[in-house]
Parts: sequence; structure tokens; C-alpha cells
Amino acid sequence: MANQSILTVNQVSKVFSLSRKKQLQAVKELSFSIRKGETFGLVGESGCGKSTIGRLILGLYTPTSGTIRYRDQDIHQLKGKKQQHFRQKVQMVFQDPYASLNPRMTVMDIVAEGMEIHQLASGKQKREMVYQRLEQVGLQSDHASRFPHEFSGGQRQRIGIARALAVEPEFIVADEPISALDVSIQAQVVNLLRKLQQEQDLTYLFIAHDLSMVKYISDRVGVMYLGRLVELAASDELYRRPLHPYTQALLSSIPVPDPRQARQPKRVLLSGEVPNPIDPPSGCPFRTRCPHAMKICAEVDPTEIEDTPNHWVACHLYT
Amino acid sequence: MEKESFQPIQRNFLSYQRLERKQVGFWQDAWYRFRSNKGALLGAIFIICIMFFAFFGSSFSQYDYYSQNLLEVDQGDSAQHYFGTDSLGRDLWARTWYGAKISLLIAFLAVALDVLIGVTFGGISGYFGGRVDDTMQRVIEILYSIPNLIVIILMLMWLEPGIIPIAVALSITGWVPMARIVRAQVLKLKSQEFVLAARSLGASHRRIFIRHLLPNTVGPIIISVSFSIPSAIFFEAFLSFIGLGLRPPQASLGVLVNEGYRYLQLYPHQLLWPALLISLIMLGFNLMGDGLRDALDPKMKR
Repeated sequence: MANQSILTVNQVSKVFSLSRKKQLQAVKELSFSIRKGETFGLVGESGCGKSTIGRLILGLYTPTSGTIRYRDQDIHQLKGKKQQHFRQKVQMVFQDPYASLNPRMTVMDIVAEGMEIHQLASGKQKREMVYQRLEQVGLQSDHASRFPHEFSGGQRQRIGIARALAVEPEFIVADEPISALDVSIQAQVVNLLRKLQQEQDLTYLFIAHDLSMVKYISDRVGVMYLGRLVELAASDELYRRPLHPYTQALLSSIPVPDPRQARQPKRVLLSGEVPNPIDPPSGCPFRTRCPHAMKICAEVDPTEIEDTPNHWVACHLYT
Repeated sequence: MEKESFQPIQRNFLSYQRLERKQVGFWQDAWYRFRSNKGALLGAIFIICIMFFAFFGSSFSQYDYYSQNLLEVDQGDSAQHYFGTDSLGRDLWARTWYGAKISLLIAFLAVALDVLIGVTFGGISGYFGGRVDDTMQRVIEILYSIPNLIVIILMLMWLEPGIIPIAVALSITGWVPMARIVRAQVLKLKSQEFVLAARSLGASHRRIFIRHLLPNTVGPIIISVSFSIPSAIFFEAFLSFIGLGLRPPQASLGVLVNEGYRYLQLYPHQLLWPALLISLIMLGFNLMGDGLRDALDPKMKR
């Protein structure tokens, strides 16, 4: 069971039509799979399609092409009972703890909602379970009668986690769960997620733009750029030996708490902005900012190759 | 200061999570803001007083609104007839409060219909979006482009004038602003993360609409209601004034104004009381509406 993949994303693309002529390719031919019990980190700049892939996996969006399979079932073909089962087993933790909780519902109602929908418990039992979940995420049971606006960002995020946990999920998509929080609170939430993973045998897709946190929590990391996966490797491997120039740039942007080391001219600085995804560059999407851009980069879109076992990269430098 | 005068306090994680603030719900918070607005409070008191007299005012007088007494026509104020009598000797105190009751009933009924149709129509239009929304918005635009007076006059020529037909006629076009408000709110709310969270939990459309979208739309709905009620009363008075309203001996404020204005030069009090009452109702609801808007939608101000 240990190495069996629980979720497989296969050649998934998502195109949003903005108007008759303008189309935004949020995700392009993305493929990866997530093994049961692991934490898969997904990093990239804002607007690179990280959140889109998260929502595709939850079935909130339908892919333009490609399939997403959860436990060998295409999640976008699910109907009726099977779909409800999927909606129970796959949950999401949202980015903005201020927008992800209904301001007119008490914490009790928020956490209990999933239990009601899936008829897991009712009455006194339901209340007990809500208290239990709240304590599990480090809140107190007397918080249940409060409204979201009475809590701090970190507490709200933990309410969001309790809501996801309430339906006993197997797989959680955490869409930048810590980026809206204070640094001191970030560690708290990440540690909570790790603790819960061990307790309940959860599988995570952890979406973030903060590489240092992703390194801390993830087993494997995928790096996205303009809707594509440019590099995919085990977390340690990726940090020790980043192959793609974009990954190198990202890694060198992590602040180093040592001035002597930070002063060394090893930093890879990127110039320019992310190209507009409505009008992406030809060939390799990164070539406009890549320090190693070659002639072939403008012509041919690089395919993913396995440089060393389990270390995939999509770059012409390695073909 | 001596260093020893400071004592470290033991603090654990759970005590750090405690909420010290008294629990204040949304409605309590709104009430607090409403209460601090003097004008709004005054408006609310006006309305409560008027409603009290409209429903119980007749018991302060021995007369009813329809009995004629041709020996006591066109009297001024007296201990017998607090507001005097009209040209058929009917007690104006009783008629004015009865008229106010009918006017309020018509307005409440009309606005209730507005809310019912507006929330359903606007909610569906906003929630499903896309082509459904486009079609439904065109319907609204067509309806909005027809002068509502024509629609209402035609409706009342077709229906027998009475409380329900007038209310229906008023809400035939009156629900459009409500539908727009609800649609705008739903459009704003439906892409928020808490709605996505409910969807990813597997909530049905019905549940999302009732539990998540509607409660967050209640504020604007109440605000809109508090402004539509006076406009419905005003419109009803206007219809009665031009002779499309209720028929005597039934009375509404508009009917009374219509009767009173014929004798304006001789007996101005017959116009004064119903006209004053209409003004007070309008003023009261508008003041209260302003206060409600500030209380329920604090983000709009400050």
C-alpha cells in the first residue's frame, strides 16, 4: 500500500475563456501522481495555476482535457453516491482564513456542516464530535458558539482545518494554508497539519509559494511555472540539486539567516515579470527570463525527462 | 523600577486561545449600532406608535369608520370626535387610523411579495449565472422599461380594487430592485471561499443558497424593505388619490386625502390628519432605513 498512488493527474489542461478571442491557459498538460500518506508540495509564483490545479482536483472546476483519477476513478465522471463519497474523502483547506468561513454561522455550524451533509452524526453525538475536532486542532470546545470574526487568523485557519477533518477525509488539498498568516503562526499551523497527518493517515497536496515551508513539510515537491510542471523530485533531492534554472532561482531567493553566506554571489536573480498567460511565449515558457536561454528554447517546448531516478525536469539543458 | 518588581506570568497554549471578549452576535452588534443613531431610533418610535394606533386606535373612540351620522357632518376637533368628522358625519379619528392600517397592510403585503419574487428570481439569476442569468436579466430589463404606472393602472382596471389586488399590482413591478440587489449580493458571495468550501463538502444547491448565500444577503434585503415600504404606501396613496384605489366606505390614507382635499378651503383638518400621517410614516421609515443601513452594512460608511 505504501507506494500506491491515491491520486493521479494525467495530462490535465484547463483553459478559461475570458472573451471570444482571449483564452487563459491556467494549467497545461500537467501530470503527476500522489502516493498514499505522502505530502506533495506544489510551488510556483502567483498566477502559475497552483490554485487551479487544487480546485480541479476537488472537482470544483472541470478540466478542459485530461483526467484526474482518485483511487482509480475519474473524479469528473462520478455521480450520485460515489460523488458524495468522493466529496467526503477529499477536502480542502483554503488560503484566506477570512473568506473561507461563513461570517453568519457559528463555529459549531461550520464544523458540523460536513457531518450533516454526509449524515455522519446528529444531535448530541454531532456536538461531541465537533468539540473533539476543535480540541484536536488546539481550540476549546466553548469556542463552538462563537462567530468567525471573533478569532484571529491562525485560529480561523484551524477552524477551517477542523471543518475539513470533520468528515474524516483521506486526502486534503491545502491551498496556501499559511500564506495569509503571521510567520509565528505559520509554524503552528504547519505543525498541526503534520500532527494530524500522522494521527489520521492523511495524504496532502500542499500548495504554497514559500519554499522553505514546503521543504519542511513535503516529501516530494513539484515546481510549477505558467501552468506547467518544470521540475519534480523528492524534497531533499530538489533542494540539494535543483536542475531547472527556475527552481535554482526560487531556491536562491530563500533568505539565508547567515550574512556571510548571503553575501556570496551565488544568487540567481530573475529579471522581468511572469509572461501573461493569455499570451504565453513560444517554446519553453521560462525562456524570457531564463539566464541560460538558447536558440532551441524559443522553438521547442521541452518535455519532461527523468534526469536521475525520480527526478524529473523539463528543460533543454538536460536533453 | 527594580527588576524584581516584575513577575513572569505562566502562560500555556490553551490560555492563549481563550477569548476574553463578551460574545457579540451579528444582530446584537447591529442593534448596538442602530441604537446609537438617534434619528433612526426616533423613526422606529414613530413607526411603532403609528402601528399601535393603526391597530388599536379605534378602541379609543366609540365610533367606527363607516357609520354615517348626518347630524354631525364636517365638525372640527372635539372631545367626541378627536379629529372631527367628514362630509358624511363619519368619525375621522376612526377613519384615519383605519386608513393607516389598510395602507400599512397593503404596503407590507406588497413588499412581502417583492421579497418573495425578488429573492427567488435574483437568487437563481445570480447563483446559476451564465445563460440563465443573461435571460433573466433581459426579462428584468423589459419589465423595468415599461412605465410601472401603466402596468398598475391596467392591472387595477382588470382586477377589482381591494387590498390584495392593489398589493399585487404594486409588486408586479416592485420586485425588480429587490431582485437586482439579491443578484448582486449572490454574485459577490458565490465565488467566496466559504461557498467553495461548502461545495467541496458536497452541499446541495439548495443548502448553499439557504445556509450560506441567503443569511449573508439578509442585511441588504432588510435595508431595501425599509425603503420600499414607504414608497409602497406613497404609491398606494397616489393610486387612491387618482381614484384607482379602494372604494368608500373602505378607507386608506390615500382615499382620505382624496376626500379631504375636496373640502380643503372649508375644512382643512379633513386633509390635514391623513396627510400628516402619510408624511410621518414616510419620515419614520426613511429615518429607520438610514439607521438600518448603517447598522447592517457597517462597511458602507466609515
